[in-house]
Amino acid sequence: MYAYDELDRTLINERVSEFRDQVKRRLSGELTEDEFKILRLQNGVYLQLHAYMFRVAIPYGTLSSKQLRRLAHVARRYDRGYGHFTTRQNIQFNWIKLAELPDALADLAEVGIHAMQTSGNNMRNVTSDQWAGVAPGEIEDPRIWSEIIRQHTTLHPEFSFLPRKFKIAITAAEHDRAAIKIHDIGLRLHKNADGETGFEVLVGGGLGRTPFIAKTIKPFVSGRDILSYIEAILRVYNQYGRRDNIYKARIKILVHELGIEKFAKEVDEEWKAMGDVGLTLDHTAIEEVRSRFSYPAYEKLPHMPDELKQAAHDKLFERWRKNSVSAHKVQGYSIVTLSLKPVGGPPGDASAEQMDAVADLADKYSFGEIRVGHEQNLALPHVAKRDLPVLFKALDRLGLATPNVNLVTDIIACPGLDYCSLANARSIPIAQELTRRFANHDTADLIGRLHINISGCINACGHHHVGHIGILGVEKNGEEFYQITIGGRADENAQLGTLIGPAVPYAEVADVIEDIVEAYLALRDRPEELFVDTVKRLGVEPIRERVYATR
Amino acid sequence: MTSPLEQKKIRITGPSVVTANRTWDGAVVYRTAKQGWSTELADSAIVSTSDDARALLAEATADDVGAVGPYIAPVELKDGGKVKPGNLREHIRAKGVTIDLQVPA
Repeated sequence: MYAYDELDRTLINERVSEFRDQVKRRLSGELTEDEFKILRLQNGVYLQLHAYMFRVAIPYGTLSSKQLRRLAHVARRYDRGYGHFTTRQNIQFNWIKLAELPDALADLAEVGIHAMQTSGNNMRNVTSDQWAGVAPGEIEDPRIWSEIIRQHTTLHPEFSFLPRKFKIAITAAEHDRAAIKIHDIGLRLHKNADGETGFEVLVGGGLGRTPFIAKTIKPFVSGRDILSYIEAILRVYNQYGRRDNIYKARIKILVHELGIEKFAKEVDEEWKAMGDVGLTLDHTAIEEVRSRFSYPAYEKLPHMPDELKQAAHDKLFERWRKNSVSAHKVQGYSIVTLSLKPVGGPPGDASAEQMDAVADLADKYSFGEIRVGHEQNLALPHVAKRDLPVLFKALDRLGLATPNVNLVTDIIACPGLDYCSLANARSIPIAQELTRRFANHDTADLIGRLHINISGCINACGHHHVGHIGILGVEKNGEEFYQITIGGRADENAQLGTLIGPAVPYAEVADVIEDIVEAYLALRDRPEELFVDTVKRLGVEPIRERVYATR
Repeated sequence: MTSPLEQKKIRITGPSVVTANRTWDGAVVYRTAKQGWSTELADSAIVSTSDDARALLAEATADDVGAVGPYIAPVELKDGGKVKPGNLREHIRAKGVTIDLQVPA
């Protein structure tokens, strides 16, 4: 956990007071909506179909039990008793009243949570691996660097009015769980030949109506130089990025139009021209941030405790353990993923009661810490293996032990037309129907790892381009239709999916997805070959033929 | 559903209303014939020509304190004069989400 200092607390509290005054002036008519809009967006407040939507940041996906309880309180007191975890380690509340928002923000500020820069054309929440600090083989905890970047870019005047929103993600593990290649800047921590820790810097990733996978512009930037290098990238973007056309304003368009070599050259020249602007991080500055992260006092525990051996005969427990429990860097401990994808449920939603209960379980079994992943699930990062059987029973009672992590029903979905003012079609009902179709866990296990991503419009909040199966809602003559892509992926081998055929109407989507999965099962060369690898080996055509032959 | 946020030219082809979100709480509201706002679609002023739609929207837009983001939305008039939302987006705004909101507790 990161402990905020007095400066952080003052900043957050002042922001609440400022926004309270802005809301008051808006409600009295002193501020027009045009004047107020930019102010509310800078505080995470959108206007959606039914109400204001309030997006709260969960920096690098780390929450304390106290913070999660406070989120539950906001859901209960100011909303309709639930929240929605997003693909960028935020939580959204869908039914907030503007008049009550300052109170909600003040309640959150008491536990160090805020909504600054969760919307608007600025530097958004810096995201990271939800297993940061506990994943085996990690170079080092990427949250240290996420926090350094967060501090530097929060309310930074040069980055508060960018041509468009700007997103950074950081990973330090071999397997990328932070989807860094679909971010404006992706940072991969690694060590160079001299053993020094630094970053591979990727730029220009992003989805939306013009999707791109980020490209590497510098294989290694040392940790001490990362702020100045990011600043150089942003200066080039600020100078050349288009402000005349919202659809061409993201840095990915600039990188594409300039070409990666030219863009990299511009950044290097800017970086050199900047000289020493006081952004070089010395050892003391880095260690100061590092020292504010606390880590559990782990016990020395056996690799295979008796409790785990005794529970092995319980088939339900074993199924869940194999699916949702992952290796931890400390012997005797595990990382436990809590699926927010129950059969028939809206992906990523959690009730206030669930949040409170998870906070209690975190206190009891995970040193009071919870993580939020971009796949819209939660995790308890420090669970002693001996506690897994009793934790499973508790999670099962809460509906948080669906053994479907990374399987076909672990669907990423945006809120879609049920909530979003930008959406063309619904996402959640499609996801719900698919979870019912694939509700049999034996079938889901047989299919293996398969990520389905659903977006209700081209803005791609459900990351459909990089789903193994991607579903995009569009409108045709007032009806909901869905384009389906296959072969995308968001990990270290990120790539965009390929359209498999004509768009299909709402009522046929689940049938088509079932047919795609059946085609894969018939075409894979062995049970271990993942869906996305079969698509890579064979291309789209053999699957297209089977799925569309009778349509 | 093409987002009404992209609504640029005003040309209606059937009965329409002006809708927005109430400023203080964001609730869905409809412009009434009495130059106010109501949360009930049945209370809305219904227009059937582009000129009338433009006038109703202009009047609604002037009330910046009362409601946010007014736009013209289609409706259907049923037998007996009952007003129904004219497309899925407006149906969702009028009736709420199409999904079961229950999350396991």
